[in-house]
Amino acid sequence: MSGPEELAGAARRAVEAATGAGASDAEAWGEGSRNREVRVHAGEVESLTEASGRGVGLRAWIGRRTGYAYGTDLSDAGISQLAEAAVGAARVADEDESAGAPDPPTEPIPEIPGLLDPAVSGTETATVIDLAKRIERTALDRDPRVSGVEEVVYVDEQSQAAIVTSHGVAGSYETSTAYAYLQAMASENSEVQTGLGFGVGRSPGDLEAEAIGAEAGDEASSMLGATKPDSRTCPVVLSDRVTASFAGFIGAALCADEVQRGRSPFADRLGDELASAALELADDGVDPGGLVSAPFDGEGTPRGRTPLVGGGKLLAYLHDTYTARRAGARSTGNAARRSYRTPPSVSISNLVIEPGELSLEQLIRETGEGVMITEVAGLHSGVNPVTGRYSVGASGRAIRGGELAEPLREFTIAGDLLGTLAAVRAVGSESRWVPFGGSVRTAPMLVGELTIGGA
Amino acid sequence: MLVEQELAAQVLQRALSRGGDFAELFCEEREGFTLSIDESRIERPQSSRERGAGVRVIDGEVTRYAHVDGLAEADLLRAADGLAGALGGEPARPIALRAAEPPKLQRIQVPPGSVPAERKAEILRELDERARAASPEVTQASASYSEGRRRVAVFNSEGLEAADDRTRVRLGAQVVARRDGTVETGFETLGAHRGFELLEDDPGAIAEQAARKALDLLGADPAPAGEMTVVVGGGFGGVLFHEMTGHGLEADAVQKGASVYAGQLGERVAEPLLTAYDDGSMPGEWGTGAIDDEGTPCRRTPLIEEGRLTSYLYDRLRARRDGTESTGNGRRETFRDLPIPRMTNTYIEPGDGDPEAIISEVDRGFYAVSFGGGQVEPATGDFVFGVSEGYLIENGKATRPCRGATLIGNCLQALTRIDAVGSDFEMKTGFCGKAGQTAPVGTGQGHVRIRGMTVGGTAV
Repeated sequence: MSGPEELAGAARRAVEAATGAGASDAEAWGEGSRNREVRVHAGEVESLTEASGRGVGLRAWIGRRTGYAYGTDLSDAGISQLAEAAVGAARVADEDESAGAPDPPTEPIPEIPGLLDPAVSGTETATVIDLAKRIERTALDRDPRVSGVEEVVYVDEQSQAAIVTSHGVAGSYETSTAYAYLQAMASENSEVQTGLGFGVGRSPGDLEAEAIGAEAGDEASSMLGATKPDSRTCPVVLSDRVTASFAGFIGAALCADEVQRGRSPFADRLGDELASAALELADDGVDPGGLVSAPFDGEGTPRGRTPLVGGGKLLAYLHDTYTARRAGARSTGNAARRSYRTPPSVSISNLVIEPGELSLEQLIRETGEGVMITEVAGLHSGVNPVTGRYSVGASGRAIRGGELAEPLREFTIAGDLLGTLAAVRAVGSESRWVPFGGSVRTAPMLVGELTIGGA
Repeated sequence: MLVEQELAAQVLQRALSRGGDFAELFCEEREGFTLSIDESRIERPQSSRERGAGVRVIDGEVTRYAHVDGLAEADLLRAADGLAGALGGEPARPIALRAAEPPKLQRIQVPPGSVPAERKAEILRELDERARAASPEVTQASASYSEGRRRVAVFNSEGLEAADDRTRVRLGAQVVARRDGTVETGFETLGAHRGFELLEDDPGAIAEQAARKALDLLGADPAPAGEMTVVVGGGFGGVLFHEMTGHGLEADAVQKGASVYAGQLGERVAEPLLTAYDDGSMPGEWGTGAIDDEGTPCRRTPLIEEGRLTSYLYDRLRARRDGTESTGNGRRETFRDLPIPRMTNTYIEPGDGDPEAIISEVDRGFYAVSFGGGQVEPATGDFVFGVSEGYLIENGKATRPCRGATLIGNCLQALTRIDAVGSDFEMKTGFCGKAGQTAPVGTGQGHVRIRGMTVGGTAV
C-alpha cells in the first residue's frame, strides 16, 4: 500500500509534468487503498478478495479550458503520458469563464477525530469471517420461516488521498470504513420474501452482528403473506432506509450544477417557503460518524456543514469551485470524487435529517389509517431528478387503528419531491446512519399524503 | 500480448503451490475517452488508461481472489503467492497453457482512438443544434460521447489461454423542454460493439428523438394507476424481459434458491408463443464479445423455447457446481471484480403478431414505448420499471401521452400473461448493475402484450 507521502509525491510530479506539457494550471489527486471482501453463504466462506490499488487523476487547465485524465502507472513515463493526456483533453474543451484551478483555502482545514481506525488493518481475516458467519446465523435463527441467506457480504477498506495543485493547494488524509450487509429469505408454502440488514462503521468492531442479522431475518419473515393494497391516497410512514433514499435525491437536486443548468426542481427557489417546518435537512461533511466525512473535498476545499432546508425554507445550494464562481458564491466544500477515476463534481457529502420527538410507534399511532413503506425499488428509473416527479415500487405494512397490520407488496408510491417535502408531518426520534441515498443520518418520517398504486 | 505465456504459467503454478482445484490469471488493459456538450459548450473531456490483473484460486467451494494495478511481474507473482499462502495443501500442477483458436473478434473498421477529438466534438455540436432546433420549448440540451477499448487475456490451470479485444462506442442525448410551468425530459442513445463507423449514419437523429420525447410529454396527463393490459414497445422494451426473467436465470441466484426459477427447468413458464435467447455472439451488439471474462467463447443460449424454460446462464464456477458447461456468461466489470453469471444480449424472438393489431385489439390499456430502467428481486420475482415514454390505449388506439408511470408486478405471473409477440424487432443498449458491477448489455424484442399488469401512476 502506498503511503500518503508517496501519493503526494506522485501528485506533485503529475502537476509538474502537466505544466511542463503546456497546462497553465493543474491539479492532481492521488489515491491508494487496501481492501478486503468476504462473502459467506450457508455457514461457509464463498469468496475472499484482498486487493490493493492506487492511481492519480489529473485536471489540467489551458486558460479557461479543462481536461481530465487518470492512470495507474505512477512511473515517470506513466506520469508523463498522463500529463499529455490531460493537456490533450483540455485542448478539446470549449472555454468556460467560470473554469479554473481551485484557490487555496482561506478557512482552516478541520480536524475530524477517528476517520481512521487502525483496527481495520489489525483485524485478522478469520475474525471478520466469524463476524459474517454470526450475522448469517442470527438471521437464520430469528424465525423458523427464515429459509436462507443469499449471502453475507463484509467489506473493509483503508485508504489515503493526497491533493496537490499548481495554485498551492496541498493536503492528505487517511480514512477507514467497514460495512456488512445481507439479504435473508423467508418462505412459507411456496411464497418467498426477502429482508435486508446492514451495518456501517470505521472498523469491524463497530459492526453489531446480531443487530444486522436480526434486521434482515425479521423483515423477511414479517413480509410473508403480503398482499397488494388498493390504489388510494393516504398518509404513509417512510422507514429510515426509505427516507434516506429520498433524501439522497433531494440532496442531489440541491447541487448547484443541476440548479444552474436548469435541471433541478429547486432552481430559482432559494429562500422560498417550500418544505414542512417539521423537516430540517443539512449536508454535513465533517460529522465524525459520517462515512463521507473528510477534512477537505475533492478540490482541497475544507469540508463543512451546510443547512439546506429549515424553518420551512430552502436555505442553500451545494457548491464546488466551478459552480461557486458561476454564482458569485463560495464553495461549500462539496466537490466530490468517487475515486481518482472521476473528476470532481458537486455532490452531497453526508446528509443529516434532524430527529424529531416521536418514536416510530408514536408515528404509526399518529398515522391512524395508512401504510408504512419499508422498501422501495426502481429508484434509478422511477425518480426524475429534473422534474422531481417519482413513481417507484414499494413494499411495507398496512397501518390500521394506529398499529402495524398485514404486510403489503407489489405496489407503487408516486408524487413529486417538492410536494413530499411540504407534506412531511413529523420526523421520528430514532435516527441512525443509513448507507442508502449516499450516507444519511435519519429517522423514519410521517408524510401526510402519498399516492399508492396497487390493485 | 498483455503478458507473456511463460509469466502466466509461472503465476498459475505459484498460485497452486499449496493446493487448490483451479487457478486463473485475468489481465486487462483499458483505454477510454469521453466528452460531453452542455449549454452548447464542449466540456468534460476525459482520457483514461489503466492496466491490471486478478488472480483467482478455487479450493473446494471457496474462491480466493487478489487483484493488482499494473501488470508488473513482481506484483503478479506476489498476488499468486499471497493466495497460496492461505492454503496448506500439496502443490497442484497446472496443465500446460495452449493458445486457443484465434477469437472471432468483432470487426472494427475505424478505431475510435484514431479519430481526432475535434471530430467527436463536432458530432456533439450537431446533436446540440438539432435538439435545440426541434422546438423553442427545448430549454436545455446535453449530449455525451464515450469510447472504450478493453483488451483482456485469460489463462487458467486447465491449460486455457484466450484473449479478446473489445471496442465500444456510445452516444447519448438528453433534452429538457418547458411549457408554462411544466418541465419534461427526453433521452435517447446509440451504441454498439463497433468502431467509429457506428456514427457515420446520421448520429444526430438521436437528439431529435430525445427532443420529440420531451415535447410529447409536455402535453401528457398523469399516468393512470391500477391493473390493465400493457403493450410494451420494441427495442428497449426488452429490458422488461431482461429484468423480469433474465436475472432469475443467472445460475448464482438459482443455486442459492434466490430465484423464482429454481427447479423450473423444462417447465412451462409462458405461453408457447414465447421464445427468448441470450446471445453474446450477435455481431456488433452492445453486449457482444468473442469470449467472456473467463475465456469461454460467447454463444447463443436458448432461455425459453415455446414457453418452456430451457437453460440457466452459467459461468465456470456455477457450471461446475451443476455438473454442466459454462454458457459463456462469466463476466466482470474490470480486473478488480470476480466473474459472475451475467446476461450479454438478451432478447425475445420475433413472433407473428402484427404490431398494430397488438395495440388495436386492446380496449383500454397502457402502451409503454420505452423505459428509463428497471429492477427485479430475483428471490421473489417482484419487479418495477420506470416508463420514460407511455400512452393510454383507448378503443384500440394509442391516444394521450402519460407521465410518471411505473410498471410493477411479479415475473412468474407476468410472463404467463404475455399473449402476443410482434413480428417487428429492435435491439437497444443498456447498462446492467449487479453485485456492484456494471456491464454493457443488449436488450431486444418487438411489440409484446401483457394481459393484466399493475400501472403505478398518480391518477387514482
